[in-house]
Formats: sequence, structure tokens, C-alpha cells
Amino acid sequence: MDFGRVLSEATPMLLEGLKLTIGVSLIAIAIGILIGLIMCLMKMSGNIILRAIAGVYIWVIRGTPMLVQAFIVFFGVPQVIQLFAPSFRLDAFTAGIITLSINAGAYLAEIFRGGILAVPKGQTEAARSLGLPKGKTMMKVVLPQALKFSIPALVNQFIISVKDTSILSAIGLAEIVNKAKTYVGKSYEFFATYIFVALFYLALISILMVISNYIEKKLKYEEKKKSGK
Amino acid sequence: MASDKTKEKIRVENLHKYFDKNEVLKGIDASIYEGEVVCVIGPSGSGKSTFLRCLNKLEELTSGKIVIDNYDITDKKVDINKVRENIGMVFQQFNLFPNMTVKKNIMMAPVELKKMTKQEAEEKAMQLLARVGLSEKSEAFPGELSGGQQQRVAIARALAMNPDIMLFDEPTSALDPEMVGEVLDVMKELAAEGMTMVVVTHEMGFAREVSDRVLFMAEGGIMEEGTPEQIFDNPQNERTQDFLRKVL
Repeated sequence: MDFGRVLSEATPMLLEGLKLTIGVSLIAIAIGILIGLIMCLMKMSGNIILRAIAGVYIWVIRGTPMLVQAFIVFFGVPQVIQLFAPSFRLDAFTAGIITLSINAGAYLAEIFRGGILAVPKGQTEAARSLGLPKGKTMMKVVLPQALKFSIPALVNQFIISVKDTSILSAIGLAEIVNKAKTYVGKSYEFFATYIFVALFYLALISILMVISNYIEKKLKYEEKKKSGK
Repeated sequence: MASDKTKEKIRVENLHKYFDKNEVLKGIDASIYEGEVVCVIGPSGSGKSTFLRCLNKLEELTSGKIVIDNYDITDKKVDINKVRENIGMVFQQFNLFPNMTVKKNIMMAPVELKKMTKQEAEEKAMQLLARVGLSEKSEAFPGELSGGQQQRVAIARALAMNPDIMLFDEPTSALDPEMVGEVLDVMKELAAEGMTMVVVTHEMGFAREVSDRVLFMAEGGIMEEGTPEQIFDNPQNERTQDFLRKVL
């Protein structure tokens, strides 16, 4: 249990892994937000087909483990595509981002939906009464407020997504846990190495929380308590 | 017609409205003329607000016809958004956008709907704020204002689109008593300038003083209509008499 040894030997590897962890998380969260918004709007639309597609997507993704989703994306899907395009290859980085973003997207869709439902109906009515069409009302009036309501749940999902990158070590993505596994394979320093890994995550999530607290504070505006109904 | 204003602005024909199986409007016929101020009074649950909300289709009507400026808004081919641009609405709960400053609240619709450039909308906003006596609040957020101030901003916001009809849905009902006057004053000015106004209200003093015509509604129908003098001093319908005895 030589912390000093692990610190000097493993840190460069772990930092390299950390870079990938951060990179994959950021890209996947960005794509996930986009997927989440689209799925949320589809689920709330008047069109029954769009609603059904979004409903099935959310149901399937939330109802299956991410590890299985990662295996399907990384091992399963290429096998099918190779039937038609034998030269097709999917690297772990791309597969990881795809898996994590469709996974986050499903949860984010529900988070956004909750935020939209929390915006009082009067806001929509006021915008529509001014002549704003449905889409503009959503983009200019409802979504900005819904986003604010969603922030605590959004931050929660971001944290989960960052930590879920560790699952992607199973498809060979060279993120921090994967790097750590390689290192302990040679050094047998299980305890010290994984403690370091945990500390890296803790630091990363802490930074995320500081940033989100700052954003939340900035977005805060005086909101008068409404009297009556 | 009691009023000397004769150009028809809004025509309502046999309007029925159901919420599920509950019939809230039971066949309403009414005309509102250009420049007229019509107050709708009546007990709660009589369908006043629903009637008003049908006029700009915030409430989908079940059957009947509403014609505004010769546009049949019940016709699916008529772009309701275009019609709404000419109909301002003021709500009981103000419904200002809490994440925008007062000025932005007013500028939003004209800019988004490309009625004005940003600069024109800003000038218009400041003009309207001066008119409702809130010039110094242009950079405040709605949450920092009193109820009366919020409602005056809401009126300014509705006026920013240069509507020629204004609908008021119990505009003073959510206000503390000492703030009712400042809102009614703005509305009186508007009426004096010749705005066509339909006002659902419990303010009998306002209805008597400002309106050209009063509609008394009960049980989803218009029971009686006439000049304020006719309605308040010499009501014919038993329901009207009963209502006025309770509120006056």
C-alpha cells in the first residue's frame, strides 16, 4: 500500500484518463441536452406519432442498464452494420459518447418536461394573447423559465453522467477507471490506486457543483409570490 | 343600441362552450362596437371570464361563431395569431414574464413578431411606461413591483402591439384595495381615448362610470344588457336585481 509510489507512477496515466473522462462527459452531456430537449418537445407535442417515439425511447433507455446499452452500441450494432458495410468500425470513444448521450438524453427529456410543466399556464396564455405562435411562445417564454426550474435536477444528471463514464471502461474506453485497472494489473496497488481514482472523481464533481451553484445564482431573479389561485 | 358607436367590431353568435359535459356558455349572442367600453358583470361561475377568453380563442369554443373585424376566428383558415395581434389582453394574475425586465416584457412581442425594430420597440416601451406612470421602473423585474404596478405594466405590454381591442379579465381582483384605483385610472384614460374595451369586472363603480354598455351574465347566458343607468338604476331582470342588491 505505497501511496507515494502510486502517486508518482500512476498519476500521469490517471490524468490522461481523466482528460478522456472529462472530454467524453462534456460532449455527451451537450448532445444529451439536445436529444433531451427534442425528445421532451416530442413527448409534449400534439402529434401522437412523435409522442409515441419519444415515449418508447425514454421507456427503453430508462428501463435497461447502461452497461448493456454500451455493449449493444459497441459490439452489437457494428455487427449488424458490417452485414452491409464490411469495413465499418466503431471505436470505443465514439461508441462511448453515443451510449452516454442517448442515456443522458432520456433522463434529461423527463427533467425538461418537469421544468416545462412547472411554468404557470398564465405565462403561455399571456404570450399567446400577444399573438406569439406556439413555437415562439415555447422558445421565448416557457423554455427559459423551465430551464431555471430544471437546474437542480440537471446538475444531478450531469453528475451522474460524469460518473457513468466509468461504465464505459467495460468497452475499452481509456478513461480514468480503465487506466487504473491497467495500472493495478501491473502494480497490485488496488487500495491506493482506487482511492486516487475516487479522489479524482470527487474533485471533478466538486468543480461541477461550484460552477452550477454560480450559474444558479446568476439566473436567480426576484419572483413575486402570486396571491390567489 | 344604447351606444352611439355603430361600427361592429366583435360579433358573437350562438356561442356555446362545454368543459367536459358541463355547459358553461349556453348560447351567447352579442355585438361590441368600435370605441365602445362594455363591462361584463355577474356572479362568479356565470361564465364571464370564459366568454371573454373565447373572444381571442384562449378558450376553444364548442360551437357558435365569433367574428372580429370581419374575420371569423372560428374559421380554421383564419390565422388566430394575426387576429390576436390586434387584441390586447390583461389578466387577473398579471402574467408578466418574471425573467424579463419591465421594458423587455413590453418589447418582446413587437420585436419577436417583427412589428417593430428593437429601437422602435424600446421607444414605444418607454412611451407606454410614461403613460402608465412607471418610467423609472423600466429596468426592474416584475417581482420587484407591487401588484398595481405589475398590472399597469401588463396593460402597457398589451398596448405595445397597438391593438384596437382590449380585453380585461378581472384586472383588479388580485390587487390589494389601495392599488385598485391606479389600475382603473389607466383603464379610464384608455377608454377616454376611444379604445374598444371588454371588461369583466367586479368594480361596479367603474362599470357605472366608464362603460357605454353593461352586460349582466348569469348561468352561462346574458340575462340583461343596457346602459349603466338602465342596469344599475332600473334593472328589469330578477337575477340582475338580486345580484345588484348583493353587491351594491
